[in-house]
Amino acid sequence: MNEYTYPILFGVIVGVVTRLYLLKTDYRQYPTYLHGKIIHIALGFIAAGLGTVAVPAIMEKEFAAITFLALAASQFRDVRNMERNTLNELDQYELVPRGKTYIEGIAIVFEGRNYLVIFASFLSTFAYLVWNVWLGIVAAALSFIMARKFMSGSRLGDIVEVEYVEPHFKGAGLYVDDIYIMNIGLEARREEILRYGMGFILKPKNFDARSTIANLGQRQAILHDISTALGVYRDSGTPALVPLAKRDLDDGRVGIFILPQEKDVEKAKAIIRNVPTLENAIRMPTESKTNQAGRVLR
Amino acid sequence: MTVEKMILAVITTSPHKVAGGVTFICENNEEMQRVAASLEAILDGIAHALSDDLLIIVKH
Repeated sequence: MNEYTYPILFGVIVGVVTRLYLLKTDYRQYPTYLHGKIIHIALGFIAAGLGTVAVPAIMEKEFAAITFLALAASQFRDVRNMERNTLNELDQYELVPRGKTYIEGIAIVFEGRNYLVIFASFLSTFAYLVWNVWLGIVAAALSFIMARKFMSGSRLGDIVEVEYVEPHFKGAGLYVDDIYIMNIGLEARREEILRYGMGFILKPKNFDARSTIANLGQRQAILHDISTALGVYRDSGTPALVPLAKRDLDDGRVGIFILPQEKDVEKAKAIIRNVPTLENAIRMPTESKTNQAGRVLR
Repeated sequence: MTVEKMILAVITTSPHKVAGGVTFICENNEEMQRVAASLEAILDGIAHALSDDLLIIVKH
């Protein structure tokens, strides 16, 4: 026991608690309960340790010791690779795949959260050592709030309006509103699709949103999330029953066609509004210098 | 090997409209629908209608 024991213990606990707090298993059931979680709690513990020990190292003028933070960076980059590989493998056996953009987004989040843990541990240990335990707790609370703010991204409901439309056929062509989805040749399939299918129109609220929902990865994420939450009326070897999202080239609206097991319009709308806007899909054409001058884009 | 984005079979009641490919000629619309449904299941493809008397099977 020395003067650093309690501050280090405090910092590690704050870090691990932050990681647990950020590790919520929701409807996506990922990371998988227990085994998948243990990996991330263990890594969170390591991250917490690294963030905490940095403070006494600086105080003892052991500046060389800080270089192990560089080691941490490469360690946690591997976390991203691990998540990406696992999810990519699993995606091949999903009836409605997540898509690479969604997977990359999840992988980035897993890496990012470990850095947040390092930061939380560092800050609270620092406050404890420089002032006292109470300010340490205040610092922990602050980093908690920051972690929460950083980690809750925007939702699709912020950038689009969702409208329900009954899908219909014009000849063999399946349409959601006036957006063409696909050609269905068999009459029996058409009946099935009209019975189980649901259509939604996503109307972008501004010009930036138009590019974001045009992204194929973002569209796949929407389909995956609805299919996870409401079930999916399909099996392998029935490509005619695949949920699809197609774009209206004129105004950037996106038509979503899904075949849920549970046909509930209000629930489906709420789920679509709740789909995360993927970091990698977000585009800001209005931020470009050329677009900021002159005519306003709509 | 999977053959994708190719016409795997043609099912029609008007054989004069088709030249080449694996063609199934049917007597009437009912038979055409039945053959197409079987082929769709066997080939894991989708039956697309080009016109009322002509269906193709494509795997996407």
